[in-house]
Amino acid sequence: MSDVYVLGVDMIKFGRFPDRTVPDLGAEAALLALDDAGLNIGNMEAFYCGNLGQANAMVGQRILQEIGQTGIPVVNCSNACATGATAFREAWTSIKAGLYDVVLAVGVEQMGTGLLGGSGSGSGIPKEGLLGSGTMPAVFAEAGMEHARQYGTTFEQFAKISVKNHHHSTMNPKARYQIETPLDEVMNAEMISYPNTKLMCSVNVDGAAAAVLVSEKKAKELGMQRAVRIKASVMTSDPYQERDLVMPDVNSCTRKAAAEAYEMAGLDSSDVDLVELHDCFATAEMLHYENLGLCEDGEAGRLIDEGEVELGGRIPVNVSGGLLSKGHPLGATGIANIYEVCSHLRGEAGKRQVENARIGMTHVIGLGSACGIHILEKV
Amino acid sequence: MSLPVVEYLKLPEGGEPYLEGHKCSECGSIFLGERNVCSNCFARDSMQSIKLNNTGKLYSYSIVFRSFPGIEVPYISAIVDLDGGGTVKGNLIDCEPDPDKINFDMPVEVIFDDALGRKDKDGNSYISYFFKPIT
Repeated sequence: MSDVYVLGVDMIKFGRFPDRTVPDLGAEAALLALDDAGLNIGNMEAFYCGNLGQANAMVGQRILQEIGQTGIPVVNCSNACATGATAFREAWTSIKAGLYDVVLAVGVEQMGTGLLGGSGSGSGIPKEGLLGSGTMPAVFAEAGMEHARQYGTTFEQFAKISVKNHHHSTMNPKARYQIETPLDEVMNAEMISYPNTKLMCSVNVDGAAAAVLVSEKKAKELGMQRAVRIKASVMTSDPYQERDLVMPDVNSCTRKAAAEAYEMAGLDSSDVDLVELHDCFATAEMLHYENLGLCEDGEAGRLIDEGEVELGGRIPVNVSGGLLSKGHPLGATGIANIYEVCSHLRGEAGKRQVENARIGMTHVIGLGSACGIHILEKV
Repeated sequence: MSLPVVEYLKLPEGGEPYLEGHKCSECGSIFLGERNVCSNCFARDSMQSIKLNNTGKLYSYSIVFRSFPGIEVPYISAIVDLDGGGTVKGNLIDCEPDPDKINFDMPVEVIFDDALGRKDKDGNSYISYFFKPIT
C-alpha cells in the first residue's frame, strides 16, 4: 500500500467570529491548505469534513458551495472532540485503500459560551448538582483526581501544565491568546471544578483547519519538498472498564491507540520529537504523558516539575499552546494539531520551533469515547 | 408520592429504597440500568438484577464551584465504589468541600432523600440518593 503524505496544511487564527458562518470558516481553512499544497479544489477527488455543532447540516457541501462545486464525494463526520482527526483519518484511509490520490480534509467549529456537558435532564428533573456533575471540567477533574489518588499528584503540578501551555502560546500567532499566566495566577484563578481553575480549562473559540492528503505517487509527481509522511493513523473507542458508566474513560482508549500507532510506525516513544496532545483540561494532559508512553506510570508529575515537556525539554508537549491557550474549536482541533506538528517538521514554526524535529505525534480524545492518534515524519 | 430520580433507584412498596445493578452471570460485570448484552464479555441474556449495597468507598471526586445557572454550589461530585461491586456517581454531602477534608477510600453510606426540592413540570417530587461519610 502507498504511503500517504500531507502536502498542504493550514489553520485560521483561532478566535471569535460571531458574524461569520461555519462553512465560511471551513472554506477559509480549505483555501489556505489548497494554496499550501499548490493545488485547487478542482484537483481534489474526495472531501472529508469534520464538524460537531452542525453535524446534521451538510457542512462539507456548504463549504464546496463557497469554494467550488465539483461533484466529488463529501463525507461529513462527527465524533465529539475527535471529529477533526476522524475526518483526517478517513481521508488517509481512502488513499490507503487506493481509491484516490488527492483528498481534502477540513475540521471546523463555531463554539457557544460557558460550560460544556452536564448530566442531561432526560425525563423527570435535572440531575446536574444532584447526582454529582456531568460538566466537562468536573468529569476531567475526577479523571485527574484518580491520578492524584494513585500517585499523589498535586494541584500545583496540574497548574504548572497550564503555565507551560500559556507560555508556549505566546510564540504562536495563530493561538487565541498570547498571554503569560504565572503559577500563582493559574492557581488563584476562579476555581471551576477542583482541581481545575478557569485557566486550566480549554478555551471555547471558533476555528478551522484543513489538510490536503496525497498518495506517494502524487507526492512524487508534485514535489516532496514540503511533504510530511503519515507514519501512523489510528483510531480507537473505549474498551470496557468497570467504572465506564459513571467515569468516562480517556486512558484505556489512548493507551490502546498509542500502542497501535507506535507499532504501525515502527517507532517507540523515544523517537518522538514533539507531541500535540488533548489538553482539554490541565488534568487531562497529565494523564496522557503516561498514556502516550512519554514516561513511566507515576512519573507524569515529575515530567512537568522538571520541565521535560517544555519547549527545549526532552519531549516538548503542546508547543502550540494547546487547547488551553490556542483554543479548542471541537471539530477543528484534530487537524489543527496536525498543522502544528507539520510546521515543526517543515522547520516553519518560527519562535516555537522544536529544533531538528523529525517525528511528531498528535492525539485527540472525543469523550464517549474516541481516540485518534497520528504519527508524522519529516521527509 | 415521590418518584425515583433515576431508573436504577428502586422504591419498593412498603420496603426500603435501594440502588439496582445488573450483573452478568458469565463474567460478573455490574452495570447500572437494564441491558440485554454484556459489553465486557458479549454474553447475551446473562443479566440478572441485583440489589447494590448501601455502603462503599470514595474512589474519586471533584469539588464543583461553577455549574449551570440556578444550581447551588459548591458541591462534591463523588464517584463511589460500592462494597460488593458497582460504581455510582452522586453528591457527597455532610462533608466540607475542602480537599483537605476529603480522603480517597473514605467509607460512605448511600442515603435516600428528597431530590433537593426539585420538581418536574407536573409538580411531582422525587427521591434521590446521596453519599454521606461514615464516621
